[in-house]
Amino acid sequence: MSKQLALVIDLNVCVGCHACVTSCKEWNAQGAAGPLSDQNPYGADPSGTFFNRVQTFEVGEFPNTETVHFPKSCLHCEDPPCVPVCPTGASYKRAEDGIVLVDYDKCIGCNYCSWACPYGAREIDEQQKVMKKCTLCVDRIYDTALPDADRKPACVMACPTSARIFGDIHDPDSQASRAIREQGGYALMPEWGTQPANHYLPRRRTDLPIHPDELERHDNPLKVDGKLPRPSTQEPSLDDVTSW
Amino acid sequence: MRPAWSVILFTTLAGAGQGLFLALFAAEVLADPEWRFLVAGAALALALLGAGLAASFFHLGHPERAWRSAAMWRTSWLSREVIVLPAFMAAVFAWGVAHWLGQPALWIGVAGVALAAALFLCTGMIYACLKFLQEWHTPLTPLNYAALGCASGLTAAAALSAWLYPPLTRGYAAAALLAGLLAYVMRLAALARNARLRPKSSLATAIGVKHPRIVQIAQGAMGGSFNTREFFHGRPREVVRAVRWTFLALVFPVPAMLLLSGNFLAAFLVQYAGLLAERWYFFAEARHPQNLYYQAIA
Repeated sequence: MSKQLALVIDLNVCVGCHACVTSCKEWNAQGAAGPLSDQNPYGADPSGTFFNRVQTFEVGEFPNTETVHFPKSCLHCEDPPCVPVCPTGASYKRAEDGIVLVDYDKCIGCNYCSWACPYGAREIDEQQKVMKKCTLCVDRIYDTALPDADRKPACVMACPTSARIFGDIHDPDSQASRAIREQGGYALMPEWGTQPANHYLPRRRTDLPIHPDELERHDNPLKVDGKLPRPSTQEPSLDDVTSW
Repeated sequence: MRPAWSVILFTTLAGAGQGLFLALFAAEVLADPEWRFLVAGAALALALLGAGLAASFFHLGHPERAWRSAAMWRTSWLSREVIVLPAFMAAVFAWGVAHWLGQPALWIGVAGVALAAALFLCTGMIYACLKFLQEWHTPLTPLNYAALGCASGLTAAAALSAWLYPPLTRGYAAAALLAGLLAYVMRLAALARNARLRPKSSLATAIGVKHPRIVQIAQGAMGGSFNTREFFHGRPREVVRAVRWTFLALVFPVPAMLLLSGNFLAAFLVQYAGLLAERWYFFAEARHPQNLYYQAIA
């Protein structure tokens, strides 16, 4: 089976800091693929093209609520609905590693692929007038000039909590595959049969296994630390030889 | 979805052009009218199609690369449309020239009819093939494009014949009434179907958190983005409702009265305005599942 590179995003770990967003923008605004333009970035109504956005949701009813930070980018579907609709062939899925890319020199900017993506992963670049989307930093992950450890997407490098795992999900031994398998990785909107390559790891219940014993010292029933009564000389001591 | 004027104009103008050609071909086969009328009709159909083609270019970010869009005809309905449209225009042109030269050939007309039908199918399927746009993913979409285009073309033919070749006007007006009624009923069927649709996706499947109550706190951008603009009509609900009532009045009932009272040109213009509203509503009505990620517009 061929490779399918993907991201596995751990919602249990993501703190919603947007470091992946800014790092992605920084890398891809000056990368081989050209600019990633913004409109009115310092004005009242800023707008711009992003490959990656972090959204925040509140789940549940107060006071039993939970905040879910949700990083959202192209999912590099195994059956991408955006690719067959492209009239020019500018939108394509690479056979060798499964990355879905746009050839900016062929794109006519008709927006049809963005209509065909149920996830809203594609955004038009208002300046270049072509469709843009996450490239999984294809110009970085194969760059032999970089040290091995740096050949990862910019968002993965930036994540301070390691909530983003990058790897080949067709390789059962990759860290990404293992995370999906062992931590309940799931796909978004499975009802459309797009088979997203990117997976998300669910929020998990965090239990601290602390026994009451560990909170209260047995030999300190009055909870007065440091004012313990001096043991008698008959009592066993720590080493059974010396006395207190 | 955001209704784009370029696409609204293209689909309505080209639809009228296709319907007009079908009406002319029917007259050629059934009534053998004067060649001047057929040539003028072919010219008008070409003008409508050309105007639609010109409008469609405004939809593109890079119109100078439009030639590339014929490449993926194996998979893309848009690409197929890009091939069929000029082929149909060439057929209409050849048909008109053949009549002008006094050497009409039936096979050119038959080819034109096949291409007109193919163009209706391609245009409709561009929208109907997107399965998660549930409002569009129905055979009614291409059928309605064809039916409304035929109705509009027949009304145009009635207006043209009233001016150039009156013997056909009564027949065209009757056919326009019938086609209009059929298209109207089919459009009402699509409205009824869409009113009963249940969205397959929800916020729970969109982010994979299985909880009935999820509230969005942040959309990931301070201002708007492509995602908040392209997939939402941006109008209050009242406006959308008003557009629906407008097109329900202007697509058939008003033009029918104008046809019956003999105001053929007015009937065509009113019906065309109704079709603009109908197409606007067609786009505005479609709820894209990506809007789930942007609850401000969902």
